[in-house]
Amino acid sequence: MDFLRPAGWEEALAAKAEHPTAVPIAGGTDVMVEINFDHRRPAYLLDLNRIPELHEWETGGDHVRLGASVPYTKIMENLRAELPGLALASHTVASPQIRNRGGVGGNLGTASPAGDAHPALLAAGAEVEAESVRGTRLIPIDEFYTGVKRNALQPDELIRAVRIRKADGPQQFSKVGTRNAMVIAVCAFGLALHPGTRTVRTGIGSAAPTPVRAGAAEEFLNAALEEGGFWDSGRGITPSVVRRFAELCAAACDPIDDVRGTAGYRRHAVGVMARRTLTWTWESYRDASKGGA
Amino acid sequence: MPFPKLSTAFGQGGTPTGVPTKITQGSRTRGGVGESTLRPDGILKVTGEFAYSSDLWHEDMLWGQILRSTVAHAEILSIDTSEALATPGVYAVMTYDDLPTEVRHYGLEIQDTPVLAHGKVRHHGEPVAIVAADHPEIARRAAAKIKVEYKELPIVTGEASATAPDAVLVHENRTDRYIGHVPHPNILHRQPIIRGNAEQAARKADFVVRGEYHFGMQDQAFLGPESGLAVPEEDGGVHLHIATQWLHSDLRQMAPVLGLPPEKVRMTLAGVGGAFGGREDLSMQIHACLLALRTGKPVKIVYNRFESFFGHVHRHPATLSYEHGATRDGRLTHVRARIVLDGGAYASASPAVVGNAASLGVGPYEVDHVDIEALALYTNNPPCGAMRGFGAVQACFAYEAQMDKLADAVGMDRVEFRRLNAMSQGSVMPTGQRVDSPAPVAELLRRVKAMPMPPERQWESSEGADVRQLPGGLSNTTHGEGVVRGVGYAVGIKNVGFSEGFDDYSTARVRMEVVAGEPVATVHTAMAEVGQGGVTVLAQIARTELGVARVTIHPADTRVGSAGSTSASRQTYVTGGAVKHACELVREKVLELGRRKFGSRHPAWATAGLLLEGGKVVTDGGEVLADLVDVVRGEAVEVEEEWRHRPTEPFDPRTGQGDGHVQYSFAAHRAVVEVDTELGLVKVIELACAQDVGKALNPLSVAGQIQGGTAQGLGIAVMEEIVVDPRTAKVRNPSFTDYLIPTILDTPTIPVDVLELADDHAPYGLRGVGEAPTLSSTPAVLAAIRDATGLELNRTPVRPEHLTGTA
Amino acid sequence: MRVNLTVNGRPQQADDVWEGESLLYVLRERLGLPGSKNACEQGECGSCTVRLDGVLVCSCLVAAGQAEGREVVTVEGLADHAGQRAGGTESRTGGTDPRTGEGTELSPIQQAFIDAGAVQCGFCTPGLLVAADEMLERNPDPTDEDIREALSGNLCRCTGYEKIMDAVRLAAARQSEGS
Repeated sequence: MDFLRPAGWEEALAAKAEHPTAVPIAGGTDVMVEINFDHRRPAYLLDLNRIPELHEWETGGDHVRLGASVPYTKIMENLRAELPGLALASHTVASPQIRNRGGVGGNLGTASPAGDAHPALLAAGAEVEAESVRGTRLIPIDEFYTGVKRNALQPDELIRAVRIRKADGPQQFSKVGTRNAMVIAVCAFGLALHPGTRTVRTGIGSAAPTPVRAGAAEEFLNAALEEGGFWDSGRGITPSVVRRFAELCAAACDPIDDVRGTAGYRRHAVGVMARRTLTWTWESYRDASKGGA
Repeated sequence: MPFPKLSTAFGQGGTPTGVPTKITQGSRTRGGVGESTLRPDGILKVTGEFAYSSDLWHEDMLWGQILRSTVAHAEILSIDTSEALATPGVYAVMTYDDLPTEVRHYGLEIQDTPVLAHGKVRHHGEPVAIVAADHPEIARRAAAKIKVEYKELPIVTGEASATAPDAVLVHENRTDRYIGHVPHPNILHRQPIIRGNAEQAARKADFVVRGEYHFGMQDQAFLGPESGLAVPEEDGGVHLHIATQWLHSDLRQMAPVLGLPPEKVRMTLAGVGGAFGGREDLSMQIHACLLALRTGKPVKIVYNRFESFFGHVHRHPATLSYEHGATRDGRLTHVRARIVLDGGAYASASPAVVGNAASLGVGPYEVDHVDIEALALYTNNPPCGAMRGFGAVQACFAYEAQMDKLADAVGMDRVEFRRLNAMSQGSVMPTGQRVDSPAPVAELLRRVKAMPMPPERQWESSEGADVRQLPGGLSNTTHGEGVVRGVGYAVGIKNVGFSEGFDDYSTARVRMEVVAGEPVATVHTAMAEVGQGGVTVLAQIARTELGVARVTIHPADTRVGSAGSTSASRQTYVTGGAVKHACELVREKVLELGRRKFGSRHPAWATAGLLLEGGKVVTDGGEVLADLVDVVRGEAVEVEEEWRHRPTEPFDPRTGQGDGHVQYSFAAHRAVVEVDTELGLVKVIELACAQDVGKALNPLSVAGQIQGGTAQGLGIAVMEEIVVDPRTAKVRNPSFTDYLIPTILDTPTIPVDVLELADDHAPYGLRGVGEAPTLSSTPAVLAAIRDATGLELNRTPVRPEHLTGTA
Repeated sequence: MRVNLTVNGRPQQADDVWEGESLLYVLRERLGLPGSKNACEQGECGSCTVRLDGVLVCSCLVAAGQAEGREVVTVEGLADHAGQRAGGTESRTGGTDPRTGEGTELSPIQQAFIDAGAVQCGFCTPGLLVAADEMLERNPDPTDEDIREALSGNLCRCTGYEKIMDAVRLAAARQSEGS
């Protein structure tokens, strides 16, 4: 095994071009587990710890450019206003120690359906900034997850940052685990209201081979909110609409039975979380509208 | 400085209550029995200097690695170690064929466990080959290069498959002492308990309730992994530094396999990172010694967490079928039960676990008519054996669920129903044994019920809901929606010490001498300190009995006689008893010495009752006769003695009658939970415990034991389970990612109310403490969840799918 | 490969480090600092918790090479670390008893763990101490829920956490009285 220690981003891209099988390691919270337990013996480890720009974020414009290695703790502490969904999701990641090391780039690189950041990114709307010596491209988050633990990155590409739309409305994130802390998602749900575009976006984690959006549920809710004039009136959403939305979210799941939970439970729980997060965000939206009026 | 207000109110009123033993000798010496003295190993443990078994290092040391079976049941057609042996840095590779003697099996009671697999593996993760290399990664890579060809065999995984007429036998040609009375060779041991006539009594019952209960496989999940360092010695022997619960039991099993006389196998206890029963059996002991003897170099083996799940036995999963009856006025008429424990592939402690489950199977209640059958299976599942609570835990989960059901059927308050049927001193157990010491079951229930209730809706604050106090915790699943509170009660009974006629003894060597102008007592035992605080208590006993301030605890090793195991809640009783006894003998000798040296100076030497207090010989009237320093100077006094508790009897194999236990201990719990009924998530709000400890030798440690045991019971109630795939008998979650134990956010406040009712047969009147709180905690939580949800819930752990109808 | 780092204020060098080794392994097996513990090696138990450039991390998940040039504080250096924070100078009084450690200078959190009975087997203790000390540095007056959240990455199997809660409350109280 070789340990590659690029001192800067360009050097890292060059190393990845030269050794496409090199495994990037930033927080180490996934990679080191696999090494410690003999599940993986990459020929090269590519350490990204020394690249300052990966640990930085920019908040100008309508999105946040979040460096791939910005630890979850920093997101919780510094980006709660711009990225409320992701900040909530960050708070559910493992333990304080892990939140101090792990970042969104790792979640995306691993592309496990259970990664906590995914539902929040899907709901907020984001693009993955992938870079190689060949250049930079922006991969829409909806196209990023290509299979179980597979993503749209090319072998020579590294994740430089994620560009996440700044919140223009309330966002929520819920995750079910069988412990009250330090738990991998049995399933998770993210929801973001986008009053600017009068749309609602969702993200479901750990309930399908990849993180997914509940497309039909979003369409249904967008239409129902529009038709009912809810965005303008700020009325409480009709319970039947909330119920139908929750059902459609549950139906968007394609879960499996595994040691963490049954498929039936995952579907059920996603429905409950969809209902609750919609209720919470809509309450916030109404409070904000009232406050603004 | 005043101690800040603590949520752990020891003794609820601050101090234990009851009628503790009155202590005369040593009552004026500081740091003795009854005080919360601090751990002698505390400083080393907080500075990181305490040497655990995995911390050991030796010049020129090699690392051992074990290759384990990837399938549960298979013939081994071939093993090719050539590539592994050729790996640079590898010093030895050993398989069954390389074992040095004809003794190639070991076991706590039945020698059915191969040191390395012989032609066959019987469970997933069974050791097949061992490697020694100069870096752990080289050892791992070499082990991975060993080619094992398996031919898979059919598996048996439960009672139905194991006892089917054409079932494949886990062990052919059994010759152990149980084979004569079991109905099938895949049944390891069967113990009936028959008292009165349950069938007739059932006809007189006004109410009868039945239930079938399932108890999941729990892991001890001690944090310090199995590990040790074996150092070859010049005389051809070996010195093993090891984390274990019982040095001499390890030694007895190891020496014949190594082909060494016992005196050439030296054992020293290394720091132990928890045990809870999981270090009762051997793990890497023989493997490390074999490699050290083969290579002539020190060999260290440290399991990682994955391997640890395969490296020790677990708590038996169980299926328990119960029938309880009661009269209209709430008196129990009878109990019928069948308890099937899955012992897995090897015997370990299963026979004794069966004895416990059977004999304690009705719980702490008076029942005249009992018909219980308990048995353990041989299957291809992971081997199961000792874990805190030892057979009594599974039974308690089931009989306490039954007691709630029956109380409801009768129409009585659940606690009052228990109190009405509670056993007490003088009660007769289903085994026919009369309980001859306090059994304050009704009082414990009264106390735990009387504790103040935690406030409702604690999670509400001015800034909204604090999710940390809600089910789901940091995962932000509810802000109060769906949350329902429930309350549940349970009480349990556990035996203390080894039972069923086992010669249960301990050995203590105590020395009094003058060191640097001070009288110092040295206590040398082979007792394994696994975290319980035994070393603290032994020092307290020596201070009390010898009236000295300074006590040195000698490291535990095999240069002194056996102390028995740190299990069965027995060490304070038995090794504490041995130290007390040895101290008494030392005291007599010291006084004899004093009489010889100074007897002529004062008549009280001959006439008064003499005590050792504060480093002096004093009369019972308080007059100082001499300094201990002057008495002992130049003439160290040393005694080594064995000490045993009252003998017990084996249970009759057909009726289960016999005075099988030496002491019983009791604890009661009240659980308050909040359940998110829509998502099936549980937050335990409080787990209050009341326990009788006879005499709290160290109140701080007693509370720590009760709280720790309570938390382990909480774990099996709501999250902990080793999941074994029934199609392959392979473990699906051997990691701390998927085998979850409670975090500090899952564990509630645990107020403790301690009762001290002396058992006159035990040293200082004490009662073993460690296990009882692990029993009633689980059924109390389950009862509280049932209370919140109205669901029947007949299995533990309860998972979200059981609470939401999505299993 | 060679790794240079500063541990508890002292420059250290480890040679022949295998590239897959963790910082935990380097501390324990190469630098003679086994205080950080190896209970799970997957970031699920916190027993290997150290400070890496001041940040609380699981040393089992830091590749050795990632610690190059960094500053590490382990449980072995906690008393000095806390002492410097309190503005005290390093004051080692007299000799210490190597068998019991008596006479060792302890940080407030270490002393509180002993006094409150928060130590049983002690295997989780080093990680908990480092984590609790870091919390008290950030949040000198924590609520119970703050303590629980801060320590939620550190598993203990012996105590049921009650005495650990007591210890942290005690250390916080002593710290505020001392300041």
